[in-house]
Amino acid sequence: MSLAGGATDVMGEAAAAPPPARKKRVGRASLETTNAAGWMFLAPALILIGIFFLLPVVASLLLSVSDFDIYAVGDPSNARFVGAANYGRLLHSADFWVALRNTFYFALVGGPLTVAASLGAALLVNTKLARFKGFFRTVYFIPFVTTLVAVAIVWRYLYHPRYGLINYALGAAGLHGADWLGDPRWALPAIIVMSVWKNFGYNMLIFIAGLQSIPGELYEAAELDGAGPVRRFRHVTVPMLGPTLLFVAVITLIGYFQLFAEPYVMTQGGPLRSTTSVVLLMYEEGFRWWRMGYAAALAFVLFIVMLLWTFIQARVQRWSTS
Amino acid sequence: MRRPRLAVWGVHAALVLGALAAMLPMLWMVSASLMPSGEASTFPPRLFPRTVTFVHYGELFTRLNLGRGLANSAFVSLVVTAVSLVINSMAGYAFAKLRFRGRDQAFKLLVTGLVIPVQVSMLPLFLLMKNLHLINTYAGVIIPSLASIFGIFLIRQYAQSVPDELLDAARIDGAGELRIYFSIVVPVIRPILATLAIWTFLTTWNDFMWPLIVLSDESRYTLPVALASLVGEHVQDTELMMAGSVLTIFPVLLVFLVLQRYYVEGVMMGSVKG
Repeated sequence: MSLAGGATDVMGEAAAAPPPARKKRVGRASLETTNAAGWMFLAPALILIGIFFLLPVVASLLLSVSDFDIYAVGDPSNARFVGAANYGRLLHSADFWVALRNTFYFALVGGPLTVAASLGAALLVNTKLARFKGFFRTVYFIPFVTTLVAVAIVWRYLYHPRYGLINYALGAAGLHGADWLGDPRWALPAIIVMSVWKNFGYNMLIFIAGLQSIPGELYEAAELDGAGPVRRFRHVTVPMLGPTLLFVAVITLIGYFQLFAEPYVMTQGGPLRSTTSVVLLMYEEGFRWWRMGYAAALAFVLFIVMLLWTFIQARVQRWSTS
Repeated sequence: MRRPRLAVWGVHAALVLGALAAMLPMLWMVSASLMPSGEASTFPPRLFPRTVTFVHYGELFTRLNLGRGLANSAFVSLVVTAVSLVINSMAGYAFAKLRFRGRDQAFKLLVTGLVIPVQVSMLPLFLLMKNLHLINTYAGVIIPSLASIFGIFLIRQYAQSVPDELLDAARIDGAGELRIYFSIVVPVIRPILATLAIWTFLTTWNDFMWPLIVLSDESRYTLPVALASLVGEHVQDTELMMAGSVLTIFPVLLVFLVLQRYYVEGVMMGSVKG
């Protein structure tokens, strides 16, 4: 397919570029670009990222050890150093543990479901038997490019206990629907289903690129050895797709740990806090109640959890492939 | 090669079912937005309008003034796309092709930033914006989005394929670095610039959390923020909310469908890098 071809071409060129560049280096001192020119090209980007991202990240650490609140928003001199007090309060806050649990629930159930759905879609679209591949790929990808707030509103109505299409379809199949977004047991699973629908197309594209980079000879050899479709999948596709699988799993989980707009629009974190995520809690504490020190501590805990999780995932991957 | 007919049927049945599942929410959204008031909240639910009406789209612009949100989103997204393209591509090119002291250290530092979730920066960023008097301004929404580590990374990967000979030839002819960049490099890296442009436009258009935080005046809301603020007030007005959703999604969908080749390439390229 032309798309993956384009990507691999670029890869090939990029990989091939460095050696000649290194060889040429001797005797071209006069052509070296000046330090000034290099830094001039970087300056706008580095200044912006430094001031509006890296500096705030460091400041966030300071904020998290202060009692920065509504009075400090008015006059920062009202803020005092409180050490680890915010973190201590977090550990004793029921809301925090609920939010953390919900976030893990969302990521650890939604993540694998998304990965499975995207791998399934990629295999389906990529199979030799399929026609109109471009069409199906586009259709599957469309939910991903749509505006989250708008589709979250649409799904609110789809989930309506009485007038929603979902309960109607379930009823037609002889099943009894629920008040999906109004029932604490179902609200988060309902948001997970919507998120899988919204996001699987993105990973599908990555899997298609991965599948197309597997040499066809491997399949032919396996077929000659008498391996059926299932064994070819297990012994050729899965191992060859290993790095792609890890990449997809990591970026999906990282995205899912940051759950915010879906519960904000669909449930406001309810019912009974059953859809309050860590980022939603951070938003409420920080920007509704202006407890910025406390909210910053929340943000950092999320960051640490995500880092640890990524690290564990990479480790498990290395361990399972060796 | 002989194809087992049953398998072919099975694959296509699954593909069509998947396509229906992917498109049904969107189809219902469009359909409900065209129904007369109240028709989307009937039992049994209707899939198609009995009579088609555009009255809700009119209301979006007259009563709810979402036209303003549309203009705000278009303005913010276009400015971010145009300016960030220049800023990120210059940085990406410098990392790929210019040799100067501290380059590799700077790049390493930058890439480290990729693992930090953006929410960590938001609280102090709000306070910074407040001190700069940029709260509730377009600049407050735009400025933090202008430089993107991912964008720099994407350009850098691609720009490595620009031949050094081309650049050196221009240097021998006495061209300045800026001149070389704009008249030689930009034309060569145009495909990746297109990819980054559409990626930036879609991301900015769809962005929700930061505009929600920084904007307080309804007349400055971007479309997603304006739409979210209507949710509470107009819950019963299903048809109206669906029209608002269509209005929010339609522009990005159009941009995507026209330029999807570039966007899809970008997704795949970004992924191969890890």
